[in-house]
Amino acid sequence: MRDPRGVEANESDQPAVSAGSLTGDGPADGGAPAGSAGEAELTGVGTSGRLPSTATGGDGDHTGKRIVREIMSGSALVSVLAVVVALVIGGLLIAVTDKRVAAASGYFFAEPGNTFAAAWTAVSEAYGALLRGATYDPGARTWLGQLGIFETLTFATPLILAGLAVTIAFRAGLFNIGAQGQIILGATFAGAVGFGLDLPPVIHLLAVIVAGAIGGAIWGGIAGVLKARTGAHEVIVTIMLNYIALSLVLYLLKNQLKAPGSTNPVSPAMKDSAVFPLLLGDNFRLHAGFLLAVVAVVAIAWLLNRSTLGFELRAIGANPSAARTAGMIVSRGYIVVMLISGALAGLAGVAQISGTEKSLDSEVAGSIGFDAITVALLGRSTPWGTFFAALLFGAFKAGGTSMAVNADVSIDIVLVVQSLIVLFIAAPPLIRAMFRLKTPSTRGAGA
Amino acid sequence: MSTVIKTEPNAFKDQLAVRSWKLPLTFGALALFAILVFAIFGPDGRATFRLSQDGDAWQLPDLVLPAKPVGILAAAGCVALAILSYLQTKLEGRTRRSVSNAFTVLFVLGLLVWIIGGTKSQNITLVGLFTGAMLIITPLVFGSLSGVLCERSGVVNIAIEGQLLAGAFTAALVGSITGNAYAALVAAAAAGVLVSVLLAAFSIKYLVNQIIVGVVLNVLVAGLTGFLFEKIMKIKVQGVTVYNDPPHLPNLPIPLLSDIPMLGPMFFRQSIIGYLMLVLVAVIWFGLFRTRWGLRVRAVGEHPQAADTMGINVNRTRFINVLAGGAVAGVGGAYFTLVAVSSFSKDMTGGLGFIALAALIFGRWNPIGAFLAALLFGVAGNLQSILSLAVTPIDGQFLAMLPYALTILAVSGLVGKSRAPAASGEPYIKG
Repeated sequence: MRDPRGVEANESDQPAVSAGSLTGDGPADGGAPAGSAGEAELTGVGTSGRLPSTATGGDGDHTGKRIVREIMSGSALVSVLAVVVALVIGGLLIAVTDKRVAAASGYFFAEPGNTFAAAWTAVSEAYGALLRGATYDPGARTWLGQLGIFETLTFATPLILAGLAVTIAFRAGLFNIGAQGQIILGATFAGAVGFGLDLPPVIHLLAVIVAGAIGGAIWGGIAGVLKARTGAHEVIVTIMLNYIALSLVLYLLKNQLKAPGSTNPVSPAMKDSAVFPLLLGDNFRLHAGFLLAVVAVVAIAWLLNRSTLGFELRAIGANPSAARTAGMIVSRGYIVVMLISGALAGLAGVAQISGTEKSLDSEVAGSIGFDAITVALLGRSTPWGTFFAALLFGAFKAGGTSMAVNADVSIDIVLVVQSLIVLFIAAPPLIRAMFRLKTPSTRGAGA
Repeated sequence: MSTVIKTEPNAFKDQLAVRSWKLPLTFGALALFAILVFAIFGPDGRATFRLSQDGDAWQLPDLVLPAKPVGILAAAGCVALAILSYLQTKLEGRTRRSVSNAFTVLFVLGLLVWIIGGTKSQNITLVGLFTGAMLIITPLVFGSLSGVLCERSGVVNIAIEGQLLAGAFTAALVGSITGNAYAALVAAAAAGVLVSVLLAAFSIKYLVNQIIVGVVLNVLVAGLTGFLFEKIMKIKVQGVTVYNDPPHLPNLPIPLLSDIPMLGPMFFRQSIIGYLMLVLVAVIWFGLFRTRWGLRVRAVGEHPQAADTMGINVNRTRFINVLAGGAVAGVGGAYFTLVAVSSFSKDMTGGLGFIALAALIFGRWNPIGAFLAALLFGVAGNLQSILSLAVTPIDGQFLAMLPYALTILAVSGLVGKSRAPAASGEPYIKG
């Protein structure tokens, strides 16, 4: 049923004139200034302003060649440079606002060295604390404090899952901003099963996981169905669903899900049989949810790169019109991908409620849903890329806390650095211009 | 005699307009809800609306409505309008705007009386409800206007939240340093423009996906203001925070006009930012729909090639509009720190930028529509906070959901199709 010719058309991504209708992206595609394939994904030039799937993380046959090409073309280099530049700007902010630097700059012209020394101290203290907090800190008093690396993994767990949710939607050309709401719904469903039911140990945890996935899938599915049936833009719908989810959980926490006897809108604690077992004993928070996340990465990588469904989703993302011509049902693809995406975000909710939080409140999703977007962007919309991006952001979270305590630098600087990283990665021409890198040849880029 | 003449245009019309039954169906469902909830199971209480506040020059008597009869009337009206909508769709292919507007007004009235009639506590001052709403909606309208300016020219602005937050922060900081509220206002506009420069540069020059830029800018501004808030605004000199103490912009009631019952407190007892909002709504509407500039902007947003062919510089038009939008949203942000509360706090915009986005969409990308949508959202939000302690037939959280739910209905075409400018979100590359 799937015409191989349609496939080819999609791979070489001839911009079907019908795809962009009259909006002018068609002819522009060939000469997209963004250059290489990996970049086109973020520039939105490819197909009608949508995020087309990238050819970078694509099919496995050419993976080896592609990695070589990636490094040669500097795509990976751009990512590294983006991180460096973002850290430098963050460092400047830290230095400029530091009290000692301000004091030293009072006599800048008499002794300029002092100002720079103070700035160096401030920045190295802050980033040093960040690094130690995220990996290994010999000076800390507790095991947990010493081996921050496990805290990094703990923070990364929901980010991996929610990042995957955004990634898979990206690949089908949908922008799921609603991970936040899907996490809340997933956690609510998981919580209802986790503290509401009495089940035997292993079965209980499995039921919680399934319930969370269903909760998230429902919320994601609403956006998918509306997109497929009415054309409602998924960005708007998912943003609105985030807020509806928050109101819904606040309502439930005031009524059905409230812990008896409590005056706060907090649910009862999860039953012991419904929480993830700890992986490293009681001293660390790292729980089996991390394993679930790794399994999810492998599964989604397989789904996207090896399965028929994943191929279909990528085709839809790359060029919906071509996919339709090749006999794929685009609207069904939208619904399916949003169900999967929602389920993954729901699992992130499970990781929160069964892993670290242990009870439901309205803050259960924290800022994970929004961090997930930046994680997916940093990971260039590939499952393993998302995994490592989530580890980096987990490290930022774990280290940021220690930085706030030990170096008196507010954890908000982490937000600044994270968003700058994504901005720079999304605009490779900017980084290239900054470092005078050669623009890679567009040949063979595929997009 | 006229069979041929009569059938021809009708057939032609049918072909042109695809008949959509969504609207009559939605109205039918809502009318059914009205019959059940407002009429049959309506509360027996009375809904008292106070039309005047104590200090008003002219006092109007209280409006006391028995909840059940009014509910029955509203339900009957809803049913009639739903039938009318069905007939119009059948005969003309579409429901007239006047019918859907009347339905909305009647349904909201029924809902209001039902909620207040069923509430066991106090009387509701209708004036208070609307004047309170005006306080909420001021930043909302500024945010929406920013969105209108950007999206009409073809740039999606998800960064409204960031622009508002940047405006709020800068107004507080500059206001505290200079002690001058007007300088703070200008600085806030500049901060909004700064966010816009990033939005425009990345999305127009570097062709980064506009939604991504918007999302990331929100995070960036939240992080930056949060960081500087901790580092600068918390500095205390002799126990007083010196950098977070902006001056307050006073309310300036307009003589005579402010004494008009209902309208006076709503529109004519505002701060300068509030008046600026009313002026901007009118000016931007006039500019977009009645001037050459507006025609060009809309052309750029709908069909950039055509505009380019006619000699309009597409990307420059977009750049200018995005910057203007930033200035507008920045001023709206200043409202938080110069009028509403006299200090900045972390993330104080609290997602209002996204409600502004909702109002923009619900108001069909039209300044006046966005203003009315913001008014509706503001009333719902204010009603929620007024009723938060009372025992009501409907939980406040559902009122809080209202703006978002309505927006989803609007974008999915269930309650009137809300259509974005055709090229919104599409980068334009000349060639």
